[in-house]
Formats: sequence, structure tokens, C-alpha cells
Amino acid sequence: MLTLSAVEIEALSLSMKVAVLASALCLAPAIGVAWLLSRTSIPGRWLINVIAHAPLVLPPVVIGYLLLLTFGVQGPVGRWLNEMFGVRLVFSSGGAVLAAAVMAFPLMVRAVRLSLDAVDQGLELAARTLGATRLDAFLTVTLPMMLPGILAGLIMAFAASLGEFGATITFASNVEGQTRTLPLAIYTATQVPDGDAAALRLVMIAILLSLVALALSEAVERWARRTIYGT
Amino acid sequence: MGSPDDLRHMIEVDIRKQLSAFTLDVAFTAPSSGVTALFGASGSGKTSIVQSIAGGLTPDAGRIAINDVVFFDRDCGIDLAIHLRRVGYVFQDARLFPHLSVRSNLEYGLKRAKGEHAIGTDAVVELLGLEGLLERRTHKLSGGERQRVAIGRALLAQPALLLMDEPLSSLDPARKAELLPYIEDLRDRLGLPILYISHSFDEVVRLADHLVVMDNGRVAQAGPFLELSASPALTPLVGRFEAGSVLACTVAAHDDHLKLTTLAFTGGQLRVPRITLAAGTCLRVQVKARDVALSLSRPMDVSITNRLPGRIVGITRSDGPYVDVAIDIGGVRLQSLITGESASRLGLEPGLQVWALIKSVAVDGRKAGVRRAPPSSAPSA
Repeated sequence: MLTLSAVEIEALSLSMKVAVLASALCLAPAIGVAWLLSRTSIPGRWLINVIAHAPLVLPPVVIGYLLLLTFGVQGPVGRWLNEMFGVRLVFSSGGAVLAAAVMAFPLMVRAVRLSLDAVDQGLELAARTLGATRLDAFLTVTLPMMLPGILAGLIMAFAASLGEFGATITFASNVEGQTRTLPLAIYTATQVPDGDAAALRLVMIAILLSLVALALSEAVERWARRTIYGT
Repeated sequence: MGSPDDLRHMIEVDIRKQLSAFTLDVAFTAPSSGVTALFGASGSGKTSIVQSIAGGLTPDAGRIAINDVVFFDRDCGIDLAIHLRRVGYVFQDARLFPHLSVRSNLEYGLKRAKGEHAIGTDAVVELLGLEGLLERRTHKLSGGERQRVAIGRALLAQPALLLMDEPLSSLDPARKAELLPYIEDLRDRLGLPILYISHSFDEVVRLADHLVVMDNGRVAQAGPFLELSASPALTPLVGRFEAGSVLACTVAAHDDHLKLTTLAFTGGQLRVPRITLAAGTCLRVQVKARDVALSLSRPMDVSITNRLPGRIVGITRSDGPYVDVAIDIGGVRLQSLITGESASRLGLEPGLQVWALIKSVAVDGRKAGVRRAPPSSAPSA
């Protein structure tokens, strides 16, 4: 059986931590954007759509660089964060979380939007005729019915965050214990002589983790569907 | 109608709405008591009206007021939020919340209803026979059960008006027959005004006090149901061979030996095959125009039991061989469908005294609409 070295455990736990936080971070905005895209016809909807999906089509390095421009110490948001809260995202695990969240965002939006599209708007009207405000109807009818999709989106975002490389290394850099997640650790291992064995061990861990996440997502979605729809 | 006092108890709808190729342009008022049936073919705009009242559809122009509460008034810029309108909406497809139990569905509106509750869960459960369903999930319910839960859910939201959009149309005939008595019950017991959409004349006969006939986005006719029931304008919708007069009757007597029931109505009596209802029960029966024959004298040597003297008040000739003859029988209008040939042979003309002949077996007691107590606003028929 595989026994893990301290370095491996560190990379693995950091990856898990970053992935969990990144999925949690993009959940609320993804629901908001999905709702805007699915239920409204505000002007500029197409632009929101394009921006939300940009991380899916742009090279991750480009996203990382754009993050650096915005959230770097010299960037407008980064400077403000530093001055107001003393928070520096660059070279920190916070930066790794942000990079992973941005990269996972489009996947989350797609999953949430699909589940929102599947909710019969007639049910929302029914809730409103029963005295529920728009928000009340959303929270008590729409959102619970979206739960399978939301869970699927969360797990998908989690899995994508585990594998995030380009944006993270560009924006948050490759700092051991801070931003060196599994993929970065694999990359680092391949860069040193005689690192092949170490890289292979990390690769196997990564594969195992992805398979577990995938199986979990299937099971959770089936469970949610059965509980909510009884099918 | 029309005095300020009456307006407080009225359903007023006067709206226009352009829906792609379809124009809705309707104006009607109806008493806010008993059942007002919106009757018309599919696509005549019935659902659009109900949607506009509920607030799911915003008219381009016009005004909607229920019991003097203005829901919508384009000119005054009023468009009351859906959740403040207090209309119970029973949809064709029930629309139960799949993630909630029957009980949570029922109480969804109750929890959000402000002020004093006119009706509680127990009363609704009893009224609609929902005992035993409460803890179930909605996907385990049959079609009829789903609609009963949907009706109960709407009632518990403490509505000032109940909108029912073809609640029976998705059910098979047996389930329909099972659900209709529940709807009659809530009409007779709750005193809640109901706007009931249907394209089935049988349902209208059983339920309606007031009728609004829709045709292609417009109101073709509106008025008290019993007065309109024999109107020739209904014939195209109901079908020539299904059209006829609806009579408000009471069960006068049963003849157990002959297995016949005598029904009394303002114009006289009808002997019909035994109906299993207690004497004194108010009910409605439809006498189809094609089942009414006419005779100039009182015939003694025919099998037909019901022979009612009356006076011709209208003759409508149409294309084809048919003639619609309207007969006044003691103030009640009876419609007769005969051939033009018979009409000219008998020399029928308005004012002529005739005998209307109705076969007993032509009256279908199973379709009779029962009324516990006639609503106070019903026309004295």
C-alpha cells in the first residue's frame, strides 16, 4: 500500500484545501450569473455570458496574467486589498484559491444554469400566487429543485480546481506549502534530476483523487435527484 | 349592476393584450360569488384572462379589479405584485412542488397568508378527502389526488378569488367524475367566488352560476348561466346535437314502483329515470334541443311522458335542414331542434301555442349538477 511522504501529504492537503475553498467561493456568484442568464433579459447579457465563459476558452496563462494585473500588488484591486486589509494574494494560498475559482467558474455556471433551466417556471408562478415574493419563491422552490445541479457543479468545480495549473503558477507562483498544489508538485518533480519516481507517485495520487471525485459526483447527484424528485 | 355598491362584489376585467398573432380584447363583469365559467374553444383566450388576473401576464392596456381591489390599471400605472393579489390559482397541471410533501405543499400558502385564516388545514383536508395523503410525496399521487391537493393548497392561501384553469382536463372520465363533487362542495360550502375555465359544457352545466363565452380572444356573450344556456350562440361551441336548455330543478318525488323520479321546475314537472338524490335536492339537468319534439295539440297516444304546454318565442333557421325553436314554458326557455320540413308542415311561428315533448330517458341523471343550497345571488329560476 502507498505510504505518503511529508511533501506528498502537504501537496495533497493543500490541493484539497484550495479546491474546497475555490468551489465554495464560486458557488454564490455562479448561481447569480446563472439566474441572470436564464431568467432575465437584461441588456449586456451576452457580455456577462462571454466573461463568465472566458476561462474556458482562454489559455490559463492568460487568465493568470490578467489576475496578476488586477490582483497583483500593483494592480488596482490588489493594492486596495493590501492597503485596507493587508492581504496579499500573490505567492499565497489565497491567490491559489482565487486562480482555481476563476478557472472553475464557467463549469459551475454551466451546471447551475442547466439545473435552473430545468426548473419549471410555472412552479415559480404557483409559489408567487400562493403569496411568496420573488426571492421567497426562488429560495423555497427554485433553489431546492436546483440542488442536484448545484451539487454536480460543486464537485465539478472541485475536480477542476484540483487540476488547475496554468493560472495558479502564473498568478500565485510555485511556493511550497502555499501554492504548490498537486499539479505544481508534479511539475516541480519533473524539473529536478531523478524526480521521475516522485512525479509518478504524485500522478497516481492525482488520478485516484479524480476518480473518487467523479464517482462521488455521480452518487451525490443520483441521491439528490431521488430525494427531491423521487425518480 | 353598475351601482357603486355592486362594484364592491364584482369581478371586473377589461383588458387588451397582443400575443404574437393573437389579440385578446375582453371586457366583462361577473358577480364575485358562485362559479363564473369562462367557456370557449381551446385557444380562445381563456387562460390568458386568468393569467392576467393572477398577474403572470401583463396586459397592454385596461383594468382588472376584484371586489374593488384594483389589480391592474394601465392608465393609473397600477400593477399589483402577484403575491399581494390573493388569488388561488389551480393550474391544469396541478404544479405541486415535487420537493415537498403533500402537507408542506398544502401549507405553503397558509404560512404566507396574512391576517385571520378563513379556512384551516383540517377543514381543507376534510373538504377534499386528503386524509392519508398528507405525509406522501407528490410523485406518488394519482392525477385526481394531485388536483385535489392543488385545490387545497390554493384554498389554504386564503384567497379572495379562486381561479381554476381546466382542473379536470388532464384526467380520465372516471377521475373527472370523482373530482366534480368536490368542486361542487367547495362552491356550495365556502362562499368563495370561483372563476372556472372549461371547454367542456358538461362541467359548465354542473358548476356555473354565471357564464362568459369566449370566442377568438373576445367575449361572445356573458350573463347568468341559466339565461344563456339555451342561447343559439352557444350552439357552435357545444355542438348542434349537444346544445340544449339547462333547467334548475328540485327533486319533487320518487316513484319506487316505476323507478321514476319527478323533478319540479318553474315551468312544470319532468318525469325522469330514477335519480338517487333525496327529495328536495336542488339540481340542474340539461334537456338537449334534439330531444325535444313539438306538437300542436296534446298528444295522448305517444310513449313520451313529459308533455309541457308552451309558446313559441323564437325560430332560428340555419343552413341545412335544421330549425331552432325557442319555447317559453312558464317563464323558462326550452330549446327544440327540429327539421325545417316539420316546422313548415306544422306552420310554426312565434306566438303559437305548442306542446313540448321530452322523452324521460333523454334526461341523464348521472350528469345532473347537484346544489346543496342555491347561492344567494343565483337568478331566481
